Amino acid sequence: MKHIISVLVENKFGSLNRVAAMFSARGFNLESISIGETEDTEISRMTIVTRGEDQIISQVLKQLNRLVDTIKVTDLTRQPHVERELLLMTLKLSKTVQHEIFELITVFKGKVVDIKQKSITIEVIGSPDKINTTIDIFRPYGIKELARSGAVAIHRGE
Amino acid sequence: MHSSGQTLNGSEIFFECLRRENVEYIFGYPGGSLLKVYETLHDVKDIHHILVRHEQGATHMAEGYARATGKPGVVLVTSGPGATNTVTGIANAYMDSSPMVVFTGQVPSSLIGNDAFQEADIVGITRPITKHNFLVKDVRELAITIRKAFFLATTGRPGPVLVDMPKDILNSSCVFDFPETVDIRGFKPTFKCHINQVEKAAQKIAKAKRPLLYIGGGVISAEASEELRTLAIQQNIPVTMTLQGLGAFPGNHPLSMGMLGMHGTYWSNQAVNKCDLLIAVGARFDDRVTGKVDTFAPQAYKIHNDIDPTNVDKNIKVDLPIVGDAKNFLATLLEVMPENKENREPWLAEINAWRVQCPLTYSSEDDSLRTEFVIDEVSRQTSGNAVVVTDVGQHQMWTSQFYTFINPRSIITSGGLGTMGFGLPAAIGAAFGIKDRPVVLFCGDGGFMMNVQELVTAVHNKMPVKIFLINNSFLGMVRQWQELFHQEKYSFTDLGDSNPDFVKVAEAFGCKALKADNPESARLAITEALAYNDGPILVDFRVVKKDMVFPMVPAGGSISDMLLARLNPKTMV
Repeated sequence: MKHIISVLVENKFGSLNRVAAMFSARGFNLESISIGETEDTEISRMTIVTRGEDQIISQVLKQLNRLVDTIKVTDLTRQPHVERELLLMTLKLSKTVQHEIFELITVFKGKVVDIKQKSITIEVIGSPDKINTTIDIFRPYGIKELARSGAVAIHRGE
Repeated sequence: MHSSGQTLNGSEIFFECLRRENVEYIFGYPGGSLLKVYETLHDVKDIHHILVRHEQGATHMAEGYARATGKPGVVLVTSGPGATNTVTGIANAYMDSSPMVVFTGQVPSSLIGNDAFQEADIVGITRPITKHNFLVKDVRELAITIRKAFFLATTGRPGPVLVDMPKDILNSSCVFDFPETVDIRGFKPTFKCHINQVEKAAQKIAKAKRPLLYIGGGVISAEASEELRTLAIQQNIPVTMTLQGLGAFPGNHPLSMGMLGMHGTYWSNQAVNKCDLLIAVGARFDDRVTGKVDTFAPQAYKIHNDIDPTNVDKNIKVDLPIVGDAKNFLATLLEVMPENKENREPWLAEINAWRVQCPLTYSSEDDSLRTEFVIDEVSRQTSGNAVVVTDVGQHQMWTSQFYTFINPRSIITSGGLGTMGFGLPAAIGAAFGIKDRPVVLFCGDGGFMMNVQELVTAVHNKMPVKIFLINNSFLGMVRQWQELFHQEKYSFTDLGDSNPDFVKVAEAFGCKALKADNPESARLAITEALAYNDGPILVDFRVVKKDMVFPMVPAGGSISDMLLARLNPKTMV
């Protein structure tokens, strides 16, 4: 089962490496990992998407906790949370499909961030599942390049 | 001694911090990026620097010292190759949870990342084999970093910590401020066990008909042997130990069952198989202990106490996990434990029947010399009171079987990583820490050659290490697997044609040396070696080539797959 884990770490060089290296050394699955500073500049938040049975996920959480640079580890999967990913994608553009593409962008609540004679770059924000669907739907039109941010997630406020 | 508030350079701060951490010995080797440190060291009289001959030797010495004393071992090496040579020793300490602080010199900060002369990213290299590591980027951070390194190495589950110190940091100055306390927000090990869990454990123990204590090295590092002894005797519970746990409970007590696992005693493994309650304390269900996990202790309710939560439910799913310090667990358990009312005699009788059925034995029918005899004889002559260091292989397993460990901190061995070459330097390190008990090394002829250079360190410092070289001219354990599982293809394990004359080697280093090739000469050589204290002494025991260690549970096998072959009639219990 898929799990989304939020980790607060010391904002120090090497923190990301320690986490990523622990996943590879112990053979844990790592679907995405994203990191950025928090409201406290000494602390960064990492959002990790991983997959595994409960026993494996329990080990993942404990091994994360064991790292000296990690301050707090939360498995958000079964808690109320908001999860978002950013997709940037450049598509081939031609007169014949232009209209369809613009319609689909509206359907996915995307934005056009750049447009050229033969290409269009769009952004879409949503859950990783929505991003997967977006990519599937746009694929037939010709994806030239795409970049995904990996999921970021946070607890829902009280 | 300098005081806080003075302006000092990085090297002076380094030694001030070590003083405050009560460091007695540094095992080290100088080099370019450490010149300033060694300049300062020249006038340091209260901390003893032991010059090794290879940085790997320094790490094993530090670990031997740490394991013998319980204090952290300290290593000091230069950048680049000096640092990379410590990798095996650090990995070894990590696997066996030994407290160690390794200081590495580093190229000047401005050159880091430039492929400078003698540069290696040792922080990157050692990240997965240290508990934590640091690169010091500012001299004002040096004191707090050293304080944190010792705190991390010795708190909770012990382990190695590395501090990388660029050359310019050691040369620059700042106002010295030694922090008395240290707080690391990401590091709060659970020391105190949850009382409800302990009470539940007590109830389970009180009702168990066939309980078994399964004791690991955590009991020794937590100094909890006294509590263990009280619990086992009060409750009449037999005790089996892991390789690292040997000595936690006296081996000569009737409740002691010796070691369990791949080369454990028959009765220990049978007891694991049949027990209704397994109480694991400071042990981690290693694959060499469990064999096939599905069939491990199939009838038992499992209690697991460990200081490291990652050890719980890692290999074996347990019924009652109790995270916390082993001493705290056992002491609390004793407080809440009801009086023992269960009659455990039938269970103990069953165990004794297994003991009689398949005792540990070795052949004594001819006049050839056997490793088991040597170890048995050393155990007898030292009354189990020696600090016993081993290398890795057959002799190591025979040591677990035939040396009777009475006290904790009596076996120092590479268990987790299985590092050949560990023994000699570890024994030297142990001898620096322990002066009132003999330090005995059992080492194979293969492993001895892997760090033979440290014989110089032993001779130079007159360390009275008894080097008992178990010389079968073979990589014996590999040979055993080749015979049993690889069609007797003795591929590159026969050292007979290439081994040197070990007596001459020792003598060339200035080490006294003897040779023995039959039981009588071995007995005399052991007596002579134990009486000799003017420095190291080596005895080259020419033992038979073909002996194998039994019992043996093949890797990944169940207790029912245990091999008992080649058992001989003579009974040794």
